[in-house]
Amino acid sequence: MKLRVYLTFNTATVREPIIWKLGKTFDVMTNIRTAEVKENTGLVGLELEGKSDVVEAAVKWLTEQGVHVEPIEQNVIEG
Amino acid sequence: MNIVRALKCRECGHEYEIEPTHVCEFCFGPLEVVYDYDKLEGIFTRELIESRPQTMWRYKELLPINGEPTVGAQNGFTPLVRARRLEKVLGVKELYIKNDSVCYPTLSFKDRVVSVALSKAVEFGFTTVACASTGNLAGSVAANAAAAGLESYVFIPHNLEQGKVLGAGIFGTKIIGIEGEYDDVNRLCSEVAGKYGWAFVNVNVRPFYAEGSKSLGYEVMEQLGWKAPKHVVVPMASGSLCTKVAKSIKEFIQLGLVEDNGTAIYGAQATGCSPIAKSVKESTDLIHPVHANTIAKSLAIGNPADGYYANRIIRESGGWAEDISDEEVVAAMKLLAETEGIFAETAGGVTLGCAQKMIESGKLPRDESIVLCITGNGLKTQEAVVDAIQKPRIIGASLKEFDALAEADGVK
Repeated sequence: MKLRVYLTFNTATVREPIIWKLGKTFDVMTNIRTAEVKENTGLVGLELEGKSDVVEAAVKWLTEQGVHVEPIEQNVIEG
Repeated sequence: MNIVRALKCRECGHEYEIEPTHVCEFCFGPLEVVYDYDKLEGIFTRELIESRPQTMWRYKELLPINGEPTVGAQNGFTPLVRARRLEKVLGVKELYIKNDSVCYPTLSFKDRVVSVALSKAVEFGFTTVACASTGNLAGSVAANAAAAGLESYVFIPHNLEQGKVLGAGIFGTKIIGIEGEYDDVNRLCSEVAGKYGWAFVNVNVRPFYAEGSKSLGYEVMEQLGWKAPKHVVVPMASGSLCTKVAKSIKEFIQLGLVEDNGTAIYGAQATGCSPIAKSVKESTDLIHPVHANTIAKSLAIGNPADGYYANRIIRESGGWAEDISDEEVVAAMKLLAETEGIFAETAGGVTLGCAQKMIESGKLPRDESIVLCITGNGLKTQEAVVDAIQKPRIIGASLKEFDALAEADGVK
């Protein structure tokens, strides 16, 4: 499966090589499509491709690292 | 005349055909409807607009539908009220309230966006429409879908105000309460939207939906006597309304319908969910998602999709953003009701309360025109104020008892 997500990094996570670690830990292809990184925060548009259960585990792992994961299709406006 | 050109990525500028989609395939940026304004030159005049019925569709050339609306043909054109009593309390010279708490048919500005989204959904051939909602949208989708003979599903946080649940359920829609916050509701909805092939007004038809908000801005300018306001205060959930009010003004200026008045745009949020206001105050353009915790549930979006754009509009226009506590929200709701006779929902309290704070801090000048956008009706969020209002004093049905009460009140 292919999943498109926005990752938001905070002060604690923005300096960490988290996407590199993700690729080392899980058998997923990561493809950065957009990124903006500042001192205290970062926003990355990332495509994750791999087996469904592996992609899901990778997303769970990202969340555990303190990264906010928001699937792009879910980036819904006001209600 | 249809002047819609394409859907265009707000980030990379890539253009797409008009279809039910909302994300750029290249850079994941949001898509926005773009128009060929040149085609309207000399045709779209004040006189033409004034000759049409008083609904939001008198500006239909600037809304992304083909021909006439099939859903919500009566919606919009709410009053712009000169708030003279409130002016005195706030110590400002010229204050207006754009009162969308009486928007037809479901008493919130969502009727504007929904009528555009559903008219477009019908054009695309959808028969089932749906939404993720903090409440107002649910009611509006349910009502407008019912009137248009469309099936509807609405997804809401399970702890939503009763008034809003009832206000959707009465229309025979299928309401699904989701355990979690609004952002969790979104998460589920996008999966449902992908799987079931429905028109989700704020997912796959979102670029069209969002354009409906512009009608609020058009009306304000026409009602001010074809003038752009000097300062506008807008409540922010996703930040979409903020960007669309700005777009409406830009379009009217481009079409020669109003003069450029250097309008400054101001955003209002509740402190319990204020990621956009925080970013403006901290002069950054990155939005940190938050867990929402406020009585202003219609604004409780912790990860606002248009936050970045709202932030940019506010700062570029010379405006500002503010946030207030839940107690201040209730106080502002009461103030608006007691001075102007307008019962706004919690979001209205947020707008007025933030405006008040910005007037006091000098961010909003006292001597120039200010428009407050009130976007929903207080009858839907009665829980928020039920403990703040005076309870009826019970007396027997005798004149003697009333006389005693009147005397205590100092009535002569």
